[in-house]
Amino acid sequence: MLPQPFTVTAKRRDTSDTWTLELQSRAGAGLECAPGQFTMLSAFGAGEVPISISGWGGWERGGDGPLVHTVRAVGLATQAICDAPVGAVLGVRGPFGRPWPVGEIEGADVLVVAGGIGLAPLRSALLTLLARRERYGRLLLLYGGRSPEQLLYTAELEQWRARGLDVAVTVDSAGPEWLGRVGVVPRLVHRARFDPAGAVALLCGPEVMMRFTFSALAQAGVGSDRVYASMERNMQCGIGHCGHCQLGPTLVCRDGPVYRWSEIEPWLAIREL
Amino acid sequence: MQTLDELIAGAPIFAGLAPEHLALIAGCASNERFAAGEYLFREGAAAERFFLIRHGAVSLEVDAPGRGALVIETLHEGDVAGWSWLFEPYRWELDARAREPVAVVGFDGLCLRGKCEIDHELGYQLMRRFAASLTERLQATRMQLLDVYGRGRAG
Repeated sequence: MLPQPFTVTAKRRDTSDTWTLELQSRAGAGLECAPGQFTMLSAFGAGEVPISISGWGGWERGGDGPLVHTVRAVGLATQAICDAPVGAVLGVRGPFGRPWPVGEIEGADVLVVAGGIGLAPLRSALLTLLARRERYGRLLLLYGGRSPEQLLYTAELEQWRARGLDVAVTVDSAGPEWLGRVGVVPRLVHRARFDPAGAVALLCGPEVMMRFTFSALAQAGVGSDRVYASMERNMQCGIGHCGHCQLGPTLVCRDGPVYRWSEIEPWLAIREL
Repeated sequence: MQTLDELIAGAPIFAGLAPEHLALIAGCASNERFAAGEYLFREGAAAERFFLIRHGAVSLEVDAPGRGALVIETLHEGDVAGWSWLFEPYRWELDARAREPVAVVGFDGLCLRGKCEIDHELGYQLMRRFAASLTERLQATRMQLLDVYGRGRAG
């Protein structure tokens, strides 16, 4: 329950309001993480927020390298985290939650569908899939953002492409200087080439975007038992005690954040949830 | 090298059409190319054609005074550019510009409208397909209007 002190060892500005930070445990030992999990990250005196794990150094050796978090400044605590300079100490609790099923889906074509900051929780899954590239069929990343300036990990996208990932990027709006695609992510699903009979999709982004994407996937023949989504609710304790992040009969911090779409589909149709 | 008939039969918009209808459509079609920067159609002009994109990318644009051309959407291989040829007053409401060298199958809308007037089954089948395409694009536009990435999760 107590936050452990981690030092900011590196930071990089991704967009006007989003930073990627590398954090090293002051105790020396790394965290045992799985892709898709999150930590409760705190800036002392400002507050604590759930942030997805975007990666961690040396995961193949047991995770003794730095923890990587990509954070968007949307409030007091996240602004303080983004403002933390190299050398500052932040608090980390976790990791928490159910991860992406990267082991279960071996052998399948995998569509990773991300919207906006939703690429951050999927980055650790992508790194794992690419590290075990030979265990999967086609690997596709369909990524949408608000504008070209808001896209994350642009340099890494090229590296991932070179390692065997089909990358399609689109933005909601752009000027004529943008030579890439303009349009929404679900439309990329219609154009993607994969085997719908056995394909698995991993989704993360705004809930509206995920609903539209699931609809496109269902149209393409990917069933709701083969679609996984990382959900977001008001997570506060991170360990299933406070109940703030309830989604239907589940708690997102404990039973999620990664769910099979078929598990949550009934609850997504209830507006009050 | 695919023939015009094969290109049309393989296009998603014409999937499932009867051979005789595909033949009628092919009778109004021709292969065309546009250089990068060239316009397939311009806002306000008479809409007498539509295009099935074979290769390359086309941007749908609106010119905004003081802001230049705003790109609404880009279209790619297998997409159809243009539906104003189907609906009165048959005027383009957007610009469509080739972003790179583009190969298309161009369709004479006047020719096809004439055939639809004679063969209502062809007209119904075409209208069904264009309505589905319109619905998909309308849903996409709604999602763009929602600006879903504007706020929300922190990471």
